[in-house]
Amino acid sequence: MSTTSESTADRADAPATAAADDHQDVRPPSGAFSPSQLVRNLPDAVRKMSPRYLFRNPVMFIVEVGAALTTVLAVALPFLGGDGTTIGFTWLITVWLWLTVLFATLAEAVAEGRGRAQAASLRATRTTTSALRVRGYDRTGDPAVERAETESVASAELKQGDVVVVVAGEVIPGDGDIVAGIASVDESAITGESAPVVREAGGDRSAVTGGTRVLSDRIVVQITSKPGETFVDRMIALVEGAVRQKTPNEIALSILLSVLTIIFVVVVLALGPVAGLQGATPGVTVLVALLVCLIPTTIGALLSAIGIAGMDRLVQRNVLATSGRAVEAAGDVTTLLLDKTGTITYGNRRAVAFLALPGISERRLTEAAALSSIADPTPEGASVVELAAERDFVPTERPGRTIVPFTAQTRMSGIDEADGSALRKGAAASVLAWVQEHGPVAPAVAEQLEERVVGISEQGGTPLAVAERTADGTAHLLGVIHLKDVVKTGLVERFAALRAMGIRTVMVTGDNPVTAAAIAREAGVDDVLAEATPEEKLALIRREQEGGHLVAMTGDGTNDAPALAQADVGVAMNTGTSAAKEAGNMVDLDSDPTKLIDIVTIGKQLLITRGALTTFSIANDVAKYFAIIPAMFVGVFPGLQALNIMQLHSSSSAILSAVIFNALVIVALIPLALRGVRYRPSSASSLLTRNLLVYGLGGVIAPFIGIKLIDLLISLIPGF
Amino acid sequence: MNGLLFALTVLTLVVALVALGWPLSTWMARTYTTDRDWLVERGVHRLLGIDARSEQRWPNYLRGILAISVLGVLLLYGLQRLQQFLPYSLGLPAVPEGIAFNTAISFVTNTNWQSYSPETTMGYTVQLAGLAVQNFLSAAIGIVVAVALIRGLASRTGAAGLGNVWVDLIRTVTRILLPMAFVAAIVLLATGVIQNFDGFRTVHTITGGTATIPGGPVASQEAIKELGTNGGGFFNANSAHPFENPTGFSNLFEIVLMLLIPFSLTRTFGIMVGDKRQGRAVLASMVVLYVLFTSALVAFEAAGAGSATAAAGAAMEGKEQRFGVLWSALFGSTSTITSTGAVNAMHDSFTPLGGMMAMLNMMLGEIAPGGVGTGLYGFLVIAILAVFLAGLMIGRTPTYLGKRIAAREITFASLYLLTTPTLILAGLGLTFAIPAVAADVAKTSIFNTGPHGFSEVLYAFTSAANNNGSAFGGLTANTAWLNPALGAVMWLGRYLPIVFVLALAGSFASQETRGTAEAGGLDTHRPQFVVLTVGTVLIVTALTYLPVLALGPLAEGLA
Repeated sequence: MSTTSESTADRADAPATAAADDHQDVRPPSGAFSPSQLVRNLPDAVRKMSPRYLFRNPVMFIVEVGAALTTVLAVALPFLGGDGTTIGFTWLITVWLWLTVLFATLAEAVAEGRGRAQAASLRATRTTTSALRVRGYDRTGDPAVERAETESVASAELKQGDVVVVVAGEVIPGDGDIVAGIASVDESAITGESAPVVREAGGDRSAVTGGTRVLSDRIVVQITSKPGETFVDRMIALVEGAVRQKTPNEIALSILLSVLTIIFVVVVLALGPVAGLQGATPGVTVLVALLVCLIPTTIGALLSAIGIAGMDRLVQRNVLATSGRAVEAAGDVTTLLLDKTGTITYGNRRAVAFLALPGISERRLTEAAALSSIADPTPEGASVVELAAERDFVPTERPGRTIVPFTAQTRMSGIDEADGSALRKGAAASVLAWVQEHGPVAPAVAEQLEERVVGISEQGGTPLAVAERTADGTAHLLGVIHLKDVVKTGLVERFAALRAMGIRTVMVTGDNPVTAAAIAREAGVDDVLAEATPEEKLALIRREQEGGHLVAMTGDGTNDAPALAQADVGVAMNTGTSAAKEAGNMVDLDSDPTKLIDIVTIGKQLLITRGALTTFSIANDVAKYFAIIPAMFVGVFPGLQALNIMQLHSSSSAILSAVIFNALVIVALIPLALRGVRYRPSSASSLLTRNLLVYGLGGVIAPFIGIKLIDLLISLIPGF
Repeated sequence: MNGLLFALTVLTLVVALVALGWPLSTWMARTYTTDRDWLVERGVHRLLGIDARSEQRWPNYLRGILAISVLGVLLLYGLQRLQQFLPYSLGLPAVPEGIAFNTAISFVTNTNWQSYSPETTMGYTVQLAGLAVQNFLSAAIGIVVAVALIRGLASRTGAAGLGNVWVDLIRTVTRILLPMAFVAAIVLLATGVIQNFDGFRTVHTITGGTATIPGGPVASQEAIKELGTNGGGFFNANSAHPFENPTGFSNLFEIVLMLLIPFSLTRTFGIMVGDKRQGRAVLASMVVLYVLFTSALVAFEAAGAGSATAAAGAAMEGKEQRFGVLWSALFGSTSTITSTGAVNAMHDSFTPLGGMMAMLNMMLGEIAPGGVGTGLYGFLVIAILAVFLAGLMIGRTPTYLGKRIAAREITFASLYLLTTPTLILAGLGLTFAIPAVAADVAKTSIFNTGPHGFSEVLYAFTSAANNNGSAFGGLTANTAWLNPALGAVMWLGRYLPIVFVLALAGSFASQETRGTAEAGGLDTHRPQFVVLTVGTVLIVTALTYLPVLALGPLAEGLA
């Protein structure tokens, strides 16, 4: 068994839904969208209409230029001798063009506004606190800072490498690792989870986050983040959209949209002289209206809102991504490496039986098992001690005893007594090897051990062998501890859904292959990496990547860092070490490994929303042509009335209806852009068929209906 | 010709295409993948100092194509301007500057737009040493560019080489075009196409008058004209002339020649990328578009337009009696949708909506199946754009055949998409926006009035930008504005897309492809892909051209 997987267990028991409910107390909900948000963000939206800002969005910039042009025209018309109808028409078009621009900036403002609301609640945790900085920290001589002097400084002044002391009731001044002590910490400000968590020096649970509060005890923390670069700072920057960089797919899409826009500019520019040949020159207002209707304003207006909202959704789920690129990569993941413990099974395995080998009393095995587990801080180790206690054995202290901690390489833990005797407990193969180091093992004994190990494994349990070395230097096997795993419910369906999405799940476990296979069968994963060492995990990731797969994994231990860095999407648990967090490209503040599946979903949803709205935007143009082309030329070529299949009231009402529809559709789609297109795991082809029908075919049909309805209303206005 | 007979002949066409295309596609795949050079090819390599084994990255590949094209233009221009000194010039003078410039570009770019009357302008030397050579070369260039793109998509190692342009060009000529054109010329001779060096012959007619009948090496020209989707006729009447296209059978055979290489290349593509299903999906998309647009054109012509055609019994104006409505329409549609531009009937005299379909065939980008090579690469670019959107819609970074479609690829693909419409629309816009030009075009060039007159100009720019070369008739293109303008449009319409396609190919070639796992990705060999690409082509074409079509053929046809 690997410690990397065990230490994630401390919080995984909490059902994900309960955790999600808790968050809502801390952060605004992500799904709901109310019209009041539009009003609240209006000032911001107006600010964003500045050409200097809008210039970065070529599609909307063109609309703004068009709106400015028609404004000038509308003002000048009375002097140029336009009649009342054309002046009224020009003004109406102008107003709706400006509204189109406004709606676009509003979409972005609303998306950012929601991020800001979250940031505000986060920022509350960043209030400057004072910190007790240790002068001349002596790591070896005085690790717990019992003698060294401290000074009080503002938390903002802390630098990387500083050491501070935090006592119960105080706020931890910055991100760091505990170097001495143990404490319970309230991390609700960051994670929304109200139950305190235990943080202690050494091992994989040593990282603490700035802004969280120590509830009990006293810890010494070494600061690992630079000022202004703590998680909270990064999170605020992300949700506010301040550091948002365009992701690779977004850049590609922007290029496509720009080129489409250029094509339509050429189409409209050529139309004037070409129509002029036949005395059908359209007015400038009409040409601008046509251009705005044709260029992909819908997606152009919503593109940045979609990106911001996608990040936002991730943060809502308490996942902090270092870049938008990582979120996009999550959508492409085809292999998920899932740690068994905490993800597939409910955290802790418990010892349920001691199976002694023939000739060994159960009492002796119980004692040996309990003693060898004193040094094992994992819940499994604790459960062995507890089971022994139930059987009336409580280990006693003995002087000169050396504790042998578990390592991923030895895969054993135990004690060495002063008299040379020793106890070992661990994976059967490792323990057997240890015994063999001291002398040959009778084949019959090895066979009996094997029999018990296989028996437990076949039931999906985990066998741990126990062995002792007596003071004279001979070693014997004593028996086997039966640890039992409980597989989470509902996983089979979830993995089946992933399979439909083309995602393979691989369970990673330190268990032996037989046990692992039994649990894998029960949980319904596609593949298993048993008896995994960090090196094997890394090798597996490389193998998958060479096969063309993109790999996502979670990890928390320092020895996970290489694998986290190698994986395309590496999600570090917030409870994990700083090394793990640095190596991964996301941090899960809830330390919930099942969230990997949510992250993949968010990544996909982000791309789907962009693709779907682009398709919708382009498909919309068909109907707009049928509205505007006959309206422009029917005066000269009455035959083109045949194209007016919507039977629109008049030329001006047709053009105005198309412009109004074009503007309103942006507002109508803001909630969708913020929420993301609904995504249900299914095969690529059925997903595409569905989206093509809804956004492609739907995008062709919807505007026919919308424009007709608006036209019916406009036809009531006198003069149209 | 009645409907049943037409259906049977169409069936013959399909059978002939399958029977010839199957081995041809395999042969072409072998041509572009084998290491072995023929003896004659080794000789040419030595003569030209070509290192046949050296791989070229896309800029070098492109340089080769541009070099040979520029050289071709200069040679062809020179030959025309020095015609009076050449043998077999039939006593014709030097070709005027404007025409010579336009024609040089036109034949080098595989457009074969003819703003002159060939039999009274070009002697046999210019025809054979100039125009025919370019017919072969321009066809070969189209094919090798497509092959380069296929190699880019098929590459796995990330080595950015696209092959060797000189080796590819030489092989295309020696192994594909020359042998096929030779056989095709023999067949055409058998149908009655002429092949001689007789010059003009004056004959006395029964009524006592005289007629001057031109001769010439026609069959050899005609074969490559259709096979290489060139389309430049030996005679002004092009394939309507009985010496170029004498019978119903020769008509059918010429249609087969036009479609053969473009359709076959899809299977070559499938073989070369190691997945024949991909080729089949591309073929299916092309066939769907071809059938859709050709059926529409045939239907519009069969239905006729207005009372005049009803009184005449059929829309026979501008059509040859020996072909009739259906075969004229089928030939016209095939010629415009393949980038050939040969005509056996006057498209100007098609019904307004039938004429519109001929324009739309070209406006599709000539991808169904398009010109030799150009059709395939044009289609693949559209497919890449469609797959990009589809990839987003399934929540994956879009890939095609394992190649990522990222910013770089989208840039080249969308610039390709931008080029042709911009050339057509900017050309039209400038023509009518510059007052002096507009007046001249309206007075001198345009023959008809109203929308039909506009259609003549629209057709000319569409044909030039797409390197089709067919003309609507009516328009006088030999003017100070249209000769250079259309020449420039032809040149840019040919080489800008080639630049973008080769850049795209280079970009794909430099991508190392990790394995072939495409789980959860888009399957580009299923009917869904066909629907997706066909839909994309239709929408993009409609959105780009509907306004100008409304002012031309639609205004005329719906009146």
